[in-house]
Amino acid sequence: MNAPEPVVKEAVIKMYAKREDIHPREVSGRYATWRWVCVWLTQALFYGLPWLNMNGRQAVLFDLGARKFHLFGLVLWPQDFIYLAGLLIICAYGLFLVTTVAGRVWCGYACPQTVYTEIFLWIERRIEGNRSARIRLDRQPWTAEKIGKRGAKHLAWGLVALWTGFTFVGYFSPVRQLGHEVLGFSLGAWEAFWVLFYAFATYGNAGWMREQVCKYMCPYARFQSAMFDRDTLIVSYDTARGEPRGAAKSQGKGDCIDCSMCVQVCPTGIDIRKGLQYECIGCAACIDACDSVMDKVGKPQGLIRYATENALAGGWSAAQIKRRLLRPRVIGYGLAFFAIAAAFSGALALRAPLKLDVIRDRGAMGREVEDGMIENVYRLQIMNTAEREHLYRIEVDGIASAGIADEDLVELAGATTRAVPVRVRIAPGKAGSGSHPIRFTVSALDEPALRVTEKAVFIVPK
Amino acid sequence: MSDFTSGFWNWYVALITVLSILGCGLLLWSQSKHKVRIGQDGQPEKTTGHVWDEDLTELNTPMPRWWMGLFWLTIVFAIGYLILYPGLGSYAGKLGWQSSGAYKAEVRQASLDYGPLFDKYLSQDIPTVARDPQAHEIGQRLFLNYCAQCHGSDARGNKGYPNLTDNDWLYGGDPSVIKETIMKGRHGQMPPMGAALGSDKDIESVAHYVRSLSGLTADPVKVAFGKPKFGACAACHGADGRGNPALGAPNLSDKVWLYGGSAETIMETIRKGRDNTMPAWGEFLGEGKTHVLAAYVWSLSNGAGAPVVTAAAATEEAAK
Repeated sequence: MNAPEPVVKEAVIKMYAKREDIHPREVSGRYATWRWVCVWLTQALFYGLPWLNMNGRQAVLFDLGARKFHLFGLVLWPQDFIYLAGLLIICAYGLFLVTTVAGRVWCGYACPQTVYTEIFLWIERRIEGNRSARIRLDRQPWTAEKIGKRGAKHLAWGLVALWTGFTFVGYFSPVRQLGHEVLGFSLGAWEAFWVLFYAFATYGNAGWMREQVCKYMCPYARFQSAMFDRDTLIVSYDTARGEPRGAAKSQGKGDCIDCSMCVQVCPTGIDIRKGLQYECIGCAACIDACDSVMDKVGKPQGLIRYATENALAGGWSAAQIKRRLLRPRVIGYGLAFFAIAAAFSGALALRAPLKLDVIRDRGAMGREVEDGMIENVYRLQIMNTAEREHLYRIEVDGIASAGIADEDLVELAGATTRAVPVRVRIAPGKAGSGSHPIRFTVSALDEPALRVTEKAVFIVPK
Repeated sequence: MSDFTSGFWNWYVALITVLSILGCGLLLWSQSKHKVRIGQDGQPEKTTGHVWDEDLTELNTPMPRWWMGLFWLTIVFAIGYLILYPGLGSYAGKLGWQSSGAYKAEVRQASLDYGPLFDKYLSQDIPTVARDPQAHEIGQRLFLNYCAQCHGSDARGNKGYPNLTDNDWLYGGDPSVIKETIMKGRHGQMPPMGAALGSDKDIESVAHYVRSLSGLTADPVKVAFGKPKFGACAACHGADGRGNPALGAPNLSDKVWLYGGSAETIMETIRKGRDNTMPAWGEFLGEGKTHVLAAYVWSLSNGAGAPVVTAAAATEEAAK
């Protein structure tokens, strides 16, 4: 018979738990400075760009209502969506390339989630104090002081968030007019909704969600590990040099004095000394913290540093790491990145601000008109995507004697589109019954380079 | 009104919807907790007990609680949605929302936006509107959208569909008549006349006589035979064959043919009759748009369209 099963004690655990608040300590140093440079650059661009005017309009304006997307001197139409796809592909390959070489530096320095968290943390520190003061404040009962500090913090966050939401909407609805509407309390319902929506998203993500966005929500965070290899720069703790950790004065210990500064400054709340973890956004706050501690205890910097797995294992120098840059993965991503970027720039530079669609009238195959001429009717959808008006000439070729029976000149104001009915005639006997390929060419009289050609068919009835 | 042919499908869809929501809730509830062994140290083990590929174990790293909250929120949303909007079988929802209602609201908004423009044109007479370049452009767009399928993009018509650019009108070419034609539509009918005329030979004679009315080549003998037979046609087309705009009976003495002017085609027309409908657009387009459209159509045969760019002006433009 079977032996009696051993009694297994079981417990029920919860699969979801309350998130522990993280209060990162303020850090200064080389990498923190770089991060602030990125914050200033990206935010000067983001907050400033909508206020820039050119050609008598906002330089960058995505007019969804009119379906026209102004980008400095460029007017893009929904038909130009391919350029957006191209831009996104370039961004994707840029991310792949950078991630393969230097890990999650995008996450650590330039991602909006990091940038706004950094700004919100800065405000938090100015109002509530540094890490220990904030932890104390957390545990405090709701005194007048706590209510005052918390209130001031949320007010300041709210203002930054509202300004961010306002700026964002300013890319889609002229920002100056939007400003007047806000000041006059006459903001449209949808504009108000989106301003508040993006303000709420900024406030929520940068104030409350913070590292949870990277840990639980961000898809990039998860698939970037697929680009990592043993030669990718990661924030690494030099275990060989640091362990066994212990107080600085004790004998037989490594360089790590176990001061836990690297843990205190970490925005995602991990201990980098446990090795690479998926939460690490590569921000190098721990490197800055550790370097300053090493300076104080008189040991060389770089106990925590940007290094590769291979470099750590083999004790490589910086030059040796650099030599591994030209590996197939990097070259592959690099080639793809530059090829697509070149194709994109080329296509954009050669783009004619004129589009043509030819729609043949389907109601009739073709008709015989005076003197036995054969006539077909087409509708030419001409789009002037330039910003000023042009006078265009319509020409047709493909069959001998083919000509336009109507006015062949058409004027279009800047950034407009028009359907022009056009009758094409051929002399009798120039083409047998059936379908014949023809071509329409529309060209600007004042700018010969501005021309497009579109194929069509001419049908001669039996 | 239910979209289903039988009440069964109503309950079928409703039941699946409700069961799906309950199932989602059950899944969330059952997956929020998990049984694990208690380890040697008396504490629950760190792994969920799920082991695969020999030695891969799943650690229990709890997700934040709000994450679970979001899932419960979707269920709350679903229930709220199904109460307010149609979705549960044929239940119409508390708000009574319908896609046709949304369409009507958009049309109402568009009438509010563009109404004043069309009202302005409505207060002008059609020839004045026809001279307005903006109205001409609007009229052309309307024509291309609603009229070009039959009359052609260039308004020159097709077999069975009149050319609108010439001066030949079935019902009259006055601006007011054109507008009436668009508003109310037209139904032109010619009954089969074969039996009334007699033999095939008689029909052929009448066809030749009709051709002779517009000066086309015709056999004089057949014309002579056909002339007295034409009396049967005169009720509508008039004794002289000049037609009757009140009935929409075409003028047979010009060179404009709706279906074709060959003897064979005319014989076919006589034998089988013709039935031609122009739909009424008044209710769909409204009087404002119809007014602008009528002005556009009228301008096609009255040369009062938008100022056309002349070749001389074009050369001047190019020189600049």
